[in-house]
Amino acid sequence: MAKMNMVEAINACLAQEMERDGRIVVMGEDVGIDGGVFRVTEGLFAKFGKERVIDTPLSENGIIGTAIGMSAMGLVPIPEIQFQGFDYEGYHQVVQHIARLRNRTRGSITVPMVIRLPASGGIRALEHHGESAESIYIHMPGLCVVYPSSPYDAKGLLAASLSCGDPVLFFEPKRLYRAYKEEVPEERYEIPLGKANILREGSDVTLISWGAMTYVSKEAIEDAQKQGISVEHVDLRSLSPCDWDTIGSSVKKTGRAVVVHEAFKTLGFGAEIAARIMENDFLDMEAPVMRVAGWDIQIPYPKQEEYFFPDKERILKGIVKTAKF
Amino acid sequence: MPISTVFEGKISRMQILDESGIVDTALEPKLQTEMLDKIYRLLVLGRVWDKKSLALQRTGRIYTYPPLEGQEAISVGATLAAGMDDWLFPTYREASLVYYMRGHPSYKSNLMWMGLEDGLKLDKRIRCFPYATPIATQLPHAVGAAYALRMKGEKAATIAFCGDGGTSEGDFHDALNFAGVWNAPCVFVVSNNQWAISVPRKEQTKSETLAQKAIAYGIRGIQVDGNDVLAVYKAVKEAADDARAGKGPTLIECITYRMGPHTSADDPKKYRDSDEVERWRALDPIKRFQVYLLGKGIWNEDYEKKVLEETAAFVEKTVQQAEAFKPDPKDIFRYQYARMPKNLEEQMEECFGSK
Ligand SMILES: Cc1ncc(C[n+]2csc(CCOP(=O)(O)OP(=O)(O)O)c2C)c(N)n1
Ligand SMILES: [Mg+2]
Repeated sequence: MAKMNMVEAINACLAQEMERDGRIVVMGEDVGIDGGVFRVTEGLFAKFGKERVIDTPLSENGIIGTAIGMSAMGLVPIPEIQFQGFDYEGYHQVVQHIARLRNRTRGSITVPMVIRLPASGGIRALEHHGESAESIYIHMPGLCVVYPSSPYDAKGLLAASLSCGDPVLFFEPKRLYRAYKEEVPEERYEIPLGKANILREGSDVTLISWGAMTYVSKEAIEDAQKQGISVEHVDLRSLSPCDWDTIGSSVKKTGRAVVVHEAFKTLGFGAEIAARIMENDFLDMEAPVMRVAGWDIQIPYPKQEEYFFPDKERILKGIVKTAKF
Repeated sequence: MPISTVFEGKISRMQILDESGIVDTALEPKLQTEMLDKIYRLLVLGRVWDKKSLALQRTGRIYTYPPLEGQEAISVGATLAAGMDDWLFPTYREASLVYYMRGHPSYKSNLMWMGLEDGLKLDKRIRCFPYATPIATQLPHAVGAAYALRMKGEKAATIAFCGDGGTSEGDFHDALNFAGVWNAPCVFVVSNNQWAISVPRKEQTKSETLAQKAIAYGIRGIQVDGNDVLAVYKAVKEAADDARAGKGPTLIECITYRMGPHTSADDPKKYRDSDEVERWRALDPIKRFQVYLLGKGIWNEDYEKKVLEETAAFVEKTVQQAEAFKPDPKDIFRYQYARMPKNLEEQMEECFGSK
């Protein structure tokens, strides 16, 4: 095992998968010689050549549109959209074709691919560079949405995304790219989509999170523990499919839930989670589901971005309020 | 004859000041000494302000910054060529300089790079759009604006900037296509600086020139030496005059070079060799204009010293003013809607109550 940060873990996964599967092509803006603006595709161009690692013209619509054709012909494209905030330029290809092809051809033409989306904020990047718009994809039938929160998970989830047979929107929390290193196996492994990870068992409150918010929530959970509140931490790993069973059994045990996400509160995935808990676990609940989320405002320019993102204090407040309800 | 030629196109290139600063007198725009002095000072301001901004970024006083070095002649030439009734749509790269030239207080441009929306509080009278971070998305706006200006009976054009990489986005196609169909009073100024981050110009399009893309949309296209401020000025002025006169849009490809990194976050050594950079350094737009002004009896060493001193003092003052600015954090909530919904008021209270 080697210690890797998230960039290294994803890079290792890409190299490993490309090695074993000649159908995989990596494509996007600056992914070749430059190795990607975050260096996630570093070294792939030198190793696999320009036919399999494509520096494309500057067009997200072109990238995703051509990936559809490639996938339908049997390649396995891994398009990178430089920042998730620029995927809107290719969004129509995703919702009008990628999400639908399997259904409208009754399974005859499918377009499995993994669209990598460096997402999430908190690194004082420019506007459009700190978005976390997972909801707009979760909302669409036919798409998988994966959002890892650690280097280990990133590698295993990416491998599983590539073999799952469906198109996957793979959200990479930039804030965690280089935040820390952990042991990541060199050999191939998969972490199945649709299976949540209980990071910590607890009895008073269930905290549900994903991506960078899992990292931030851990600190708040430590603090809550000091105040005598035992938090069960569920990291969803994949949002579509979502592991409703694990959420259900956890809230049945604790009777209280806090959902943390950096996406806007209104129609963020927390809204769906709260609704499901309401539908399925109403009688087991001791408190309303609490959402700690980004405010319903455009993400502020970098100088004032800290007002936007849920931080340890806000999350802790949410936990305490829910525990004491 | 079953096969005949149904279309042929050609693209001209204009240069007025050659690489060594020698002027083509037949094409030379007749500018007053005052104007020539102004152009030089603006070119120098562009360079000095840019260097300072990059230095501020290196010490953490501003965030990511996209340097302009090497491309100043396009920003200066095109903005001066525009009429004060024309609307300008710059990209991130020339925004600071363009806004300043139109009357936006210089410190406000620094605020943009210090990560504050206050920097983009553009007085409508300066007729500038906020730069768009998503590449090329501003281009259709300029076409719609041009349509509206004409409909309102204003004798005004719109001038839209983009990069070589930007020509690959669908928005570029839509903009040129609509502009052509509508015969919109619009000028597209493409700064072909040879690179879109790490991707060279030849990997964006198989077209030999970007200017020739105009032909397919039925609009005029011309290539100019983008390091020649006189050529940029003349081309944009003529195109804007034509646009206002109802003769439709023009696409102007300005050949230049991005001397610095893409942004402060980029390391160009990874993808281009320094020989190329040095070759372009010899074609510097400011040096060339200096030689021209020397010939006009305007430039000399004392003049240079004076311009540099005054510019440095101006930039210093700009930085001080920007750093003294105190934003009101609640503004992040106040401008989302014409009237703040109650739900947002509650969120604002929650946000600032806890901080
Ligand atoms: C829609 C969109 N995709 C990707 C990016 C990331 N990005 C920022 S600048 C840039 C290259 C732009 O190149 P060019 O148009 O030539 O302009 P230049 O930066 O050279 O001035 C890219 C890919 C973006 N800002 N917007
Ligand atoms: Mg460029």
